[in-house]
Amino acid sequence: MATRPVLEERRPRTGWLANGTALSLEAVAARPLQDLTAIAIDARDRGKHLIALFPFRDGARARLLLVTGEAMSARLSATAFELEGERGWPSITPLWPEAHLFEREIHEGWGLVPEGHPWLKAVRGHRELEVPPRSPPHPFLRAEGEGVHEVAVGPIHAGIIEPGHFRFQCFGEEILHLEIQLGYQQRGAEELLENANPARRMVVAESIAGDTAVGHALAYCTALEGLSGTRVPLRAQAVRGLALELERVCNHVGDLGALCNDVGYLPGAAYFGRMRGDFLNLLMELSGNRYGRSLLVPGGVRFDFTQALQARVLRTLDAGEGQLRDTFRLMVTTPSVLSRFEGTGVVSKESALELGFVGPTARACGVARDVRTDHPSGVFQFTHVPVAIAEEGDVMARANIRWLEVLRSLRFIREQVSRLPDGPVRVALHPPAPSSMTAALVEGWRGEIAHVVVTDGNGSVVRHKVVDPSFHNWLALALSVRGAQISDFPLCNKSFNLSYAGHDL
Amino acid sequence: MLQLFKTRFEQGKRTLEFPGEHTLPDRFRGLPALRPELCRDGCAACAESCPTEAIQLSPLRLDLARCLFCGACAEACPEGAISFSNRYPLSFRSREAMVLDGSEAQLAGALDQRMRSLFGRSLRLRQVAAGDCSGCAAELTALGNVVFDLGRFGIQFVASPRHADGLVITGPVTDNMRFALRQAYEATPSPKIVIAVGACALSGGPFRGSGHSADGVPPEVPVDLYVAGCPPHPLTLLDGMLRLLGRIEAGR
Repeated sequence: MATRPVLEERRPRTGWLANGTALSLEAVAARPLQDLTAIAIDARDRGKHLIALFPFRDGARARLLLVTGEAMSARLSATAFELEGERGWPSITPLWPEAHLFEREIHEGWGLVPEGHPWLKAVRGHRELEVPPRSPPHPFLRAEGEGVHEVAVGPIHAGIIEPGHFRFQCFGEEILHLEIQLGYQQRGAEELLENANPARRMVVAESIAGDTAVGHALAYCTALEGLSGTRVPLRAQAVRGLALELERVCNHVGDLGALCNDVGYLPGAAYFGRMRGDFLNLLMELSGNRYGRSLLVPGGVRFDFTQALQARVLRTLDAGEGQLRDTFRLMVTTPSVLSRFEGTGVVSKESALELGFVGPTARACGVARDVRTDHPSGVFQFTHVPVAIAEEGDVMARANIRWLEVLRSLRFIREQVSRLPDGPVRVALHPPAPSSMTAALVEGWRGEIAHVVVTDGNGSVVRHKVVDPSFHNWLALALSVRGAQISDFPLCNKSFNLSYAGHDL
Repeated sequence: MLQLFKTRFEQGKRTLEFPGEHTLPDRFRGLPALRPELCRDGCAACAESCPTEAIQLSPLRLDLARCLFCGACAEACPEGAISFSNRYPLSFRSREAMVLDGSEAQLAGALDQRMRSLFGRSLRLRQVAAGDCSGCAAELTALGNVVFDLGRFGIQFVASPRHADGLVITGPVTDNMRFALRQAYEATPSPKIVIAVGACALSGGPFRGSGHSADGVPPEVPVDLYVAGCPPHPLTLLDGMLRLLGRIEAGR
């Protein structure tokens, strides 16, 4: 893990860094806020991806920090803007739609106004709870006309699912528009990551999204290690990578089963559902918890792979891979499955690029975005997992992406587990650098997880910004159901399987 | 068609016998064993390592409602006064019973005779996620798979609280979900039961004191069964539900 900041002198006041490295705040000295528009246009035109946009306060000064990623150079860039005395800015969303939810979030939390934002509505706030309300009422977008009706679903849904509110505008069975209002799951994770004691911060990071405990724990640890220049032993990096890919296999296999369930194909639901458990049980053998909780600590991992466990993993893979292949073959040769999957819930490549979708959602519509390839850190600096790509952007494509990723993760696990580097799996964490920032990116099973952390002059965390992949991707679900039958909504929803808690934090 | 039969044959029968003897891996952290007599005066290593302040000292107490089963305390203790067994039964009928002191844990007993006659062979539950990370929800979902097969016990998750005999609540009950939870509770016909699942629903868990939640199921929703864990293993959940229905003896 590189520890020295990468700086480029000819671009003053935009700091460059690699994934998980520290950068002195001096290198991101604040620009005037009116530069934001120009910087946003420049980033958009260079095809950069918006990773995070958020304000922070360091002592008396408030600044806005923009973090973008450029896949070609594997570099992240950070630009700060002076916020002191400012009340808002001309919204950059109309120019660079990727920013839409970030600007809404800033408006909600800080009261700053991105002027001209097309839909400046609270992201997580619930007006009925605020006395007096902080913002004027902002109704749902409404379609009108003969035969048009509205369907409201949630926050409590009809299954074992997280809460959220879905408001459909329908013409007969056809969905004209879906607006998704979340926020019901808001638990205050970022505040705890900034203010709680270190032991608590670790378990909060693991609980941002419970099915991504390893992914968020890895991003959290990478951020702390980057800020402090702690070198994680190679063996620990490999164990972390194994756990991350096991987590991906568990969730992708589970999703394939859930997709089968939603179209009434019960053999697929039963077999994939059972095999997901086999892989969860491997995580439990490793860490003592089916979701890999307590495995990662800043500085390494708490549990090592024993010889017996290595053999156990290989045995499970030997037995499981053939069964997975058979079940997938059954699924994709069943006409009733294909007729529901193919052409359903299409997201275009243009939308994915314009709105900054990440993970399998983006890769299923031809956008080759994958942190493991674009901004590799940890074990992925030494081993490349090929990026899975499909072009169609429909439910079938998202199922195919999951399947390809299962196969590639299994191959990765097989390779890594039989050639683990020797050595320790844990070192002590050094103290964090003062007045610095870091951005730690991890390709979780849903896509890009970002933890951006800023320290003050004492090395204390003043801001810990978490961007879960779901934050980027919820709009993809809304777009995918436009023009679809409302009865296809559950299937479309499952094909993205986004996190409510990760979005709401 | 041949392929379908071949695959079905290879999958075999996977359903676990339950109740039965099931040994979870050594690293699995289940019911903790406390030996307060080993504590040295002035030592606070376990309490300091605990992320959720689940441990009280002199005398040593461990509150399973707050415990995330991370094992940091066992790792920190120089004397071995706290260790985690791989025993998965972790359900209780009261908050007080969840505070371990080294004596035998008082695991959940059954509902009274009337409730058992109503729900003993048929229990319909409505799950309400109120700020859960989806970990507990995922394990509740797993109860429906062929391995745990909740349906064989007559227990079923239903889509509406109006069709339910009780609620299963996960998450710390965020401010934004408190109203919806109360509505769901009121919509459930009486008599009804409430099962609180996971450290968040029991105490706020990792999010205790964040200021955005009720730090667990609030007083307006009385709880009948507390299931500890982060998240509880599906066997823990199954064990708890069957204890509540009197289908596992309290002494076991």
